[in-house]
Amino acid sequence: MKEEIIIAGFGGQGILFAGKLLTWASLIEDNKVTCIPSYGAEMRGGTAHCHVIVSREEIASPIVEKPSLLVVLNRQSLDRFEKRVLSGGRIVVNSDLVERKVERKDVRVYYVPGNELAEKLGSSLFTNMVMLGATSFYTGIVKLESLVSSLPNLLAGKEELITSNQRALKAGYEYAHAAG
Amino acid sequence: MPSRKVLLSGNEAVGEGAVLAGCRFYAGYPITPQNELTAYMARRLPEVGGVFVQAESELAAINMIMGASSAGALAMTTSSSPGISLMQEAISYMAGMEVPVVVVNVMRGGPGLGNIAGSQGDYLQATKGGGHGDYHMMVFAPSNVQEMFNFTQEAFRLSQKYRNPVMVLADGYLGQIMEPLEIKKAELPPQNQGWILDGAKAREPRLLKSLYLPSEDLEGFNLHLQDKFRRMEEEILWEGSEVEDAEKILVAYGTSARICKEVVRIGRRAGKKWGVFRPITLFPFPYQALQKIGKGCEKILVVEMSSGQMLEDVLLAVDDKNKVEFYGRMGGSLPEKEEIMKRLGSGV
Repeated sequence: MKEEIIIAGFGGQGILFAGKLLTWASLIEDNKVTCIPSYGAEMRGGTAHCHVIVSREEIASPIVEKPSLLVVLNRQSLDRFEKRVLSGGRIVVNSDLVERKVERKDVRVYYVPGNELAEKLGSSLFTNMVMLGATSFYTGIVKLESLVSSLPNLLAGKEELITSNQRALKAGYEYAHAAG
Repeated sequence: MPSRKVLLSGNEAVGEGAVLAGCRFYAGYPITPQNELTAYMARRLPEVGGVFVQAESELAAINMIMGASSAGALAMTTSSSPGISLMQEAISYMAGMEVPVVVVNVMRGGPGLGNIAGSQGDYLQATKGGGHGDYHMMVFAPSNVQEMFNFTQEAFRLSQKYRNPVMVLADGYLGQIMEPLEIKKAELPPQNQGWILDGAKAREPRLLKSLYLPSEDLEGFNLHLQDKFRRMEEEILWEGSEVEDAEKILVAYGTSARICKEVVRIGRRAGKKWGVFRPITLFPFPYQALQKIGKGCEKILVVEMSSGQMLEDVLLAVDDKNKVEFYGRMGGSLPEKEEIMKRLGSGV
């Protein structure tokens, strides 16, 4: 098993947080994992993405040239990365901020109303967790429980945030479960 | 020692490695892509009774660690390419005074301010002496987070052993990448501190200097330094991946080496006899090992995130220079797997 993942969206959507959480969860599951954030001139409204590789084997190159899994939280990210996805790969789309359909016919696509689900939990800031929860169901690259139990590593001491983010992960997972 | 796995960035791993190696003085000035390292030291050093100074400039930072080390503290500064250029005078000075420090360069694109993406354009500056005078420093080239941690500890040990500056040469990608890290404290031998300036109470005064006016005095001192640089050859490290039967060998370090390893993995699955030779100490460079391995192969492709700097050392090492080819990317761009395979003469 080797999954090369790009998670992308705009700055402020918690893209790097989602990448780090996925990385921690993969570490808990005893997989090899690397995560490279885009860094530098990112700001709220700009674009942000990260490369995550999860593998059973030792990871040589940490750079994702052609992702087997793309998770996009906004339109610009789909426009930028759609062509790079491996044939037979998967794309998870935040359908609330991506008003178009994926054009590729050789990939599996899952649409998740990320913002709507997050707002039901009180804030669109949870969109990243909703999308990650749904991705966990659709791809099985990491278990929901591993994501949930990794949150304290990133939010040490912030009990309220841990609880609300856990809720958002579960909401995304359950949406995907129901939608199939 | 008990160990545990945590998720840290390369930058943070350097910081933790330094603290566990006994670093108790850090001075630095912010610069991307190594800011997490400065931030880590700001948080971590006070916890262990150390001193963190955000200096007013890179010049100030490197001169502060010169002072701290002269007084007996294990000291480090870190920066990225433009900041490291500003430090060259003091690095030469410390080589001349035989003051041990650790300097970390998380390289970015250049020249000048360049950009903030990872690059390998400072190889020659690091290995051939960016400052003036006949000096060298040991240079470690880690290629993952674990090595960022391990070789920072090694850098402290060897800087003390040889009383010389040691550099850890990483790039922006290695600084930013997050990977599981096993935190293990290396056993560091007790330091010989019979040279530090800690107040001449009940002993003869000591002097740390790099000025020797009579030519014969300076040449004598130069010979002593050169002897020391030669003795550092005991510390040479390199890694060979599938080189034993390889017909074509990639030579790369740091992030480039990881991309090359992936290429070899793909090639081997398709029955190609490819391998990777990865220098870990860039100074001293593993000339002899590469010469030997180079004899048995048809082609050597050097891959760097530069215009071809380590290439010069590879050419010095290999007998048949006609075997050697080069592929480099600059400006923060990364070597691409498909392009490497093409240059190896294969459409895998």
